Amino acid sequence: MDTKEKSDVFQKRIDNGEKIEPKDWMPERYRKQLIRMMSQHAHSEIVGMLPEGNWITRAPSLKRKMVLLAKVQDEAGHGLYLYSATETLGVKRKDLVEDYLYGKAKYSSIFNYPTLTYADICVIGWLVDGAAIVNQTMLAKSSYGPYARANLRICKEESFHKKQGYEMLAKMAGGTPEQQKMAQDAVNRWWWPTLMMFGPPDEESPNSAELITWAVKTKTNDELRQSFVDRTVMEARKIGVTLPDPDLKYNEETGHWEYGEIPWDEFWRVIKGDGPMNRERLKARRKAYEEGAWVREAAMEYARKKKYREGKAS
Amino acid sequence: MSKKITNTKTDKELIIEILLRLADDRLIHGHRLSEWTGHGPELEEDLALANVALDMIGHAAALYRYAAVIEGNPDEDYYAYFRDDIDFKNVAMVELPKGDFAYTITRQFLFSVYSYFLYEKLIETVENEQFNGMLQKHFKEIKYHLRHSREWVLRLGDGTKESHERIQNAFDEIWMYTGELFSMDETEHTAIEKNLFVDVSELKAPWLEFVKETLEEATLSLPDDDQYMFTGSRQGRHTEHLGHLLAQMQFLRRSYPDADWK
Amino acid sequence: MKTNQEWPLWEVFYQPGNGKPFEHAGSVHAPDAEMALQNARDTYARRNEGIAIWVVPSDQITASTPEDVGPFFDPANDKAYRHPQFYSVPRAVKKRK
Repeated sequence: MDTKEKSDVFQKRIDNGEKIEPKDWMPERYRKQLIRMMSQHAHSEIVGMLPEGNWITRAPSLKRKMVLLAKVQDEAGHGLYLYSATETLGVKRKDLVEDYLYGKAKYSSIFNYPTLTYADICVIGWLVDGAAIVNQTMLAKSSYGPYARANLRICKEESFHKKQGYEMLAKMAGGTPEQQKMAQDAVNRWWWPTLMMFGPPDEESPNSAELITWAVKTKTNDELRQSFVDRTVMEARKIGVTLPDPDLKYNEETGHWEYGEIPWDEFWRVIKGDGPMNRERLKARRKAYEEGAWVREAAMEYARKKKYREGKAS
Repeated sequence: MSKKITNTKTDKELIIEILLRLADDRLIHGHRLSEWTGHGPELEEDLALANVALDMIGHAAALYRYAAVIEGNPDEDYYAYFRDDIDFKNVAMVELPKGDFAYTITRQFLFSVYSYFLYEKLIETVENEQFNGMLQKHFKEIKYHLRHSREWVLRLGDGTKESHERIQNAFDEIWMYTGELFSMDETEHTAIEKNLFVDVSELKAPWLEFVKETLEEATLSLPDDDQYMFTGSRQGRHTEHLGHLLAQMQFLRRSYPDADWK
Repeated sequence: MKTNQEWPLWEVFYQPGNGKPFEHAGSVHAPDAEMALQNARDTYARRNEGIAIWVVPSDQITASTPEDVGPFFDPANDKAYRHPQFYSVPRAVKKRK
């Protein structure tokens, strides 16, 4: 079979809803796009540990301390599942990691904002994880088997992430005046960056059409964003926080909530590395990576020595 | 034991004192380990350190909760958030700043060996069923902490020249804080009579033997035991580090004590 | 600062319960078998998902290729006699199950 025929068979399998597995034939561009998208997803989980990790030592009760620690730990786990799935495409995790630390690879723009009060932790759970769940639920049906399975596992584990955030935010929004102030302030700061998480509008999203044809994604950025907004408006009302968008209004005909203009200039700047926390986040991750080098080397050296000794003994 | 008993604590005060000593060790150690989250030397190790931290904070919370029931306090948070450093009973070793990975592993190893022998003995001794049940549950996880830290001591000790130096330095630096693990005070002597505690001075020999064997296997040398040994933490005389740790841990809760933070 | 090597990759299998067959969970990086086992436990059994774990160096796994699909698996399709549904059982016996 030539490449054209293989491509047709491949597309037919996708259209039939079959999963593609690592050793199956796939177009080079499919493989490249998957590596880009999956590793970007993995980097986001890892960088995402930093803003929330900022509050582990200050969480206001032992319960919340353990919840937060377990959640941030889950993010390390999710990063690991995703790297593990990406590695099935024949790339090394080390190369992927170094590509975002020292090269051009991207991670989600949302993690380039600071966590200023404890309410930020609650809002990240509610909005940021809420948005991530919308996205990952779709990706759990992705055409690439390992990616779909990783997302399925992530979704199962992540349901508590959103719940704990929403639950605590509800308490704060209905709590003391200081708690209410923190809660609303956090919602104000995180709302727009959360909407940007779904990526640029469809007409400016270069990869979307292709990814949908290959069933890597099944919905467009704007579709996902809309379903998130519809759900979130109701949730905000229930706990008494206001979404900072004066243009937000319900459209009777479509049955959807229409939202105001997203500040896309800010999005493009942050994506290109020029946001409030890009430099600091990368610096923290580089530091961990570089300061861990001697540990990783020591463990390899020990393994080498041990193997040598065992070889000699037998 | 020839020491004259002059302790006048009631049985209730005694068990609370013992519960808090165990719990404070675990909360403060867990807090230090949690500082690694997102900054570990490798992704897998980030998960491992967070697991140990979660276990330890979980053990502390369970012990505090039981103390709260006995003492009639609202909940476990009272002990973690509303006591000052002179009220904390943890050993100084666990409050020292986390240092590099070798330092963290060394502390975890020395403390885990101690916890292993302590819990093993406590489970044989403690008659209070609820207390004993908790000890048994936590003991399983302590065994894993010991395994994890011991394996790393071997790898860092017998790894590269750099890792060897780093972990040898860590043992040398931390050693002066190992003395108080095995020192006994009146509270403990009384608690022994009530089957609530064990003679920790008797744990020194098996602890040292275990540490020595591991260090030998890791090609490391045992620090000089005849040196200044820090004491007093069990009575609330800590290092300067604890105050800073508590300032961070307690600030939000104490700023708004009437708010619901659960 | 880039580093020139990484810990080898291990495939992780776990047993979800007593008597259950092992399932593939994913992979971890580890310098040796003992650490692979610990890392697998901390990564894939954080929620008591398993009661036992296997770790295998990834490069030691031999897998069938997509080209094998025909010769490996198709022949079984016409061997209906290998499947219990091939046989009829008297109705009375069926009910007692």
